[in-house]
Amino acid sequence: MTPRLALTGITKHYGDVAANEDVTLAVMPGEILAVLGENGAGKSTLMKVVYGVAQPDAGTIAIDGVQIEITSPARARALGIAMVFQHFALFDSLTVAENIALGAPEHPLSKVDERVRELSRRYGLELHPERTVHDLSVGERQRVEILRALMSNPRILILDEPTSVLTPQAVDRLFETLRQLAADGVSVVFISHKLDEIRRLATRCAVMRAGRLVATVDPRGESEAALARLMLGADPPAIAAHDSPPGAVALEVAGLTVHGPERRHWLHDLAFSVRCGEILGIAGVSGNGQSALMASLAGEWKARPDAVRLFGEPVGHLGPAARRARGLRYIPEQRLGHGAVPELSLLDNVVLTGDALHRHGVLQREEATRVAVSVIRAFDVRTEGVGARAASLSGGNLQRFIVGRETLAEPRVLVVDQPTWGVDVGAAVAIRNALIGLRGRGCAIVVVSEEIDELYQLCDRLMVIAKGRLSPVVSAHDIGVDELGRWMAGLWPAGEEARA
Amino acid sequence: MSLALPLALVPRAQPSRALTWLSPVAAAVLTLGAGALLFALMGQDPLQGLRVFLVEPLATQRGWSELALKATPLILCALGLTLCFRANVWNIGAEGQLIAGAIVGGSVALLATSATSRAIVPAILLAAALGGAAWAAITAWLRDRFNANEILVSLMLVYVAQLLLSWLVHGALRDPQGFGFPQSKLFESVARMPIVIAGTRLHIGFPLALAITAAAWWLLARSLIGFQLKVTGLAPLAASYAGFSSRRVLWFVLLSSGALAGVAGGLEATGPVGQLTPTISPGYGFAAIIVAFVGRLHPLGVVAGSLLMALFYIGGELAQSRLGLPSALTGVYQGLLLFFLLMCDTFIAYRLQWRRTARATAA
Repeated sequence: MTPRLALTGITKHYGDVAANEDVTLAVMPGEILAVLGENGAGKSTLMKVVYGVAQPDAGTIAIDGVQIEITSPARARALGIAMVFQHFALFDSLTVAENIALGAPEHPLSKVDERVRELSRRYGLELHPERTVHDLSVGERQRVEILRALMSNPRILILDEPTSVLTPQAVDRLFETLRQLAADGVSVVFISHKLDEIRRLATRCAVMRAGRLVATVDPRGESEAALARLMLGADPPAIAAHDSPPGAVALEVAGLTVHGPERRHWLHDLAFSVRCGEILGIAGVSGNGQSALMASLAGEWKARPDAVRLFGEPVGHLGPAARRARGLRYIPEQRLGHGAVPELSLLDNVVLTGDALHRHGVLQREEATRVAVSVIRAFDVRTEGVGARAASLSGGNLQRFIVGRETLAEPRVLVVDQPTWGVDVGAAVAIRNALIGLRGRGCAIVVVSEEIDELYQLCDRLMVIAKGRLSPVVSAHDIGVDELGRWMAGLWPAGEEARA
Repeated sequence: MSLALPLALVPRAQPSRALTWLSPVAAAVLTLGAGALLFALMGQDPLQGLRVFLVEPLATQRGWSELALKATPLILCALGLTLCFRANVWNIGAEGQLIAGAIVGGSVALLATSATSRAIVPAILLAAALGGAAWAAITAWLRDRFNANEILVSLMLVYVAQLLLSWLVHGALRDPQGFGFPQSKLFESVARMPIVIAGTRLHIGFPLALAITAAAWWLLARSLIGFQLKVTGLAPLAASYAGFSSRRVLWFVLLSSGALAGVAGGLEATGPVGQLTPTISPGYGFAAIIVAFVGRLHPLGVVAGSLLMALFYIGGELAQSRLGLPSALTGVYQGLLLFFLLMCDTFIAYRLQWRRTARATAA
């Protein structure tokens, strides 16, 4: 059989960096192909080449056996290639149908409704065309993106990390949709670094490492450890176990209510506490109040003094620097622009939260250099040196740097938002080990994450945030993934708000 | 769709560092090229025009001293604007702050009598700094309290300052023996800025501006407040994460730049001008905006940019007196420089690429 899409010898260099080196890969009609690799392995570049966003330096692309040149995304769409990006491009104030019509100029708005209904029925993508995007959940928004991609009857559908924002239930539904599409003959290319999902969904898995295609395997026949080994080129380091019992209450939240600028920033009367030497996990789909909670814990948003207590002292009214002075540190979700200044060097970026690195208003450059070097060494940050700009680091390396900067300061309370979001497996393990090490030394840690596996790996106790409210706190051993998923939709046992 | 040029702008993977500094040089060269063309269009020999504009001002020691003299207010204003712009605070009103400094500094200078000691010189400069800072404080307060747009407020305050100066020299500060001319009496010589090179008009303002340049460099590179203002400008979220106060930064940069522009105004009034007149500055405060960007928002770049801009001022005067060309030429040169700079700056982040002519695949 002729492959639907055949890539031969694709090579793409950015300066001295080989993003893709001689990649040869084929996708059959009706096949679900997973592309697995660490961040920076070249998955995105390869997809950009296929979707016409980037032009290869060498190599050829053939569709149904005919060699073609994909000069632009418009050309790719005309050839039957559709792509669903990780970050949505939707207009919040428009309806589902209007958003889809904007992306499919060949369909007049009057016809869109009908076609949307037909597609949603066929692929289980429940969506009302007249609803405004503003009111949709993240999973529903992704369905809009998928519907938009399906409008032109693509023969090849590419999805870039589509599950990173979904609840477990929404992931299941997405997979059903993708299987139905494949059954109808669409070739599905699924980019991911989540091993369990790849094993569940794909019939073939292309593994990329450092720009090269290193293996093509049937993931159903491989263990997760084997896939991880292929992706990393070595065994992933194991996560250390935990034993020491928790100590005194370190961080206490009581009656924390926030009315932020947008609904997704609202918090309703939150209460919980974290003890020294324990990790409390907060699960939830993004946009349910996590950012407001994080800002309130870190001090970027102020609250009533006694809404947040550190070792008994009211600190709700204090800013981030004052809370750092009392031992609380924060690792935000957004690395570039929040946790680090992209245009500044790593040296400058340690000064950002290095309150001991300036005296009497004068920066202590030598001490800052020492700290930056020790962070880079201890966390194996791959960089040209302390003078490198933060923006020049890959996502995983920059996260290693930020986690290193905050954990080497030996905080007594650490608040972490999405510790391993979008980083490679090697960095994720190093970061989780750093958090576990910190817990062993008596630090109280709050982890917000959308990755259920990560929460189970790290946390002693779990709770869920949904629509600005907190679920009860439970021991991580006492709640299964299914139940946690229901809680993430806001359905936890009534009458039991979170207690200390 | 088919109107597309055969050239396309393609984003670079990394902004080019070399071009960041080459761009102002290229802009200066392009400005001279366009300037030569301009001379030709006005019926002049372009080479002769450029000679009058660029070479003659530098042929004598006096020429160099005039260049430094004109560069002084530009350096002071542009250093202040550099601090503002680095912090993402768009102070467009250095001209107004300069005028406010001239009014207050000049008023102190008018107090001098023949019995006054030289100690009045620092008093004049301090008063000028306070005047400029107070004028900038209006903008800072409106932005801080009401979130008013600092671009509009600071710009509109320029015209208020100009009218205020005009009102004063027509009224309260008018020289009673001045035959009704709208100007103050001449300052006592003790209240004039000391000259550093005998036989020229170059006063202590120039070495003072160079010293402040060094201080500004240190502030940006080594001080906590400099670090805070850079972070606030580059990544406001990161500044909030670190716990830096954006209000503190706002007030700091506006008061500093107001004070520096005020000193520039005080120096102009008690330096080359020698009295208060309705037009104390030929637009130094506005030209300093261009200088700050030509100087890449770096103190040393600001000095270089100021000298270039000062050359345009002197060249414009010479072109007027020697070639009979309109003095608006200076403004045209300034505009061309900014225009070419913005154009060249595009290539820091983008490069030009020939579009593929092969359209075979589209058929």
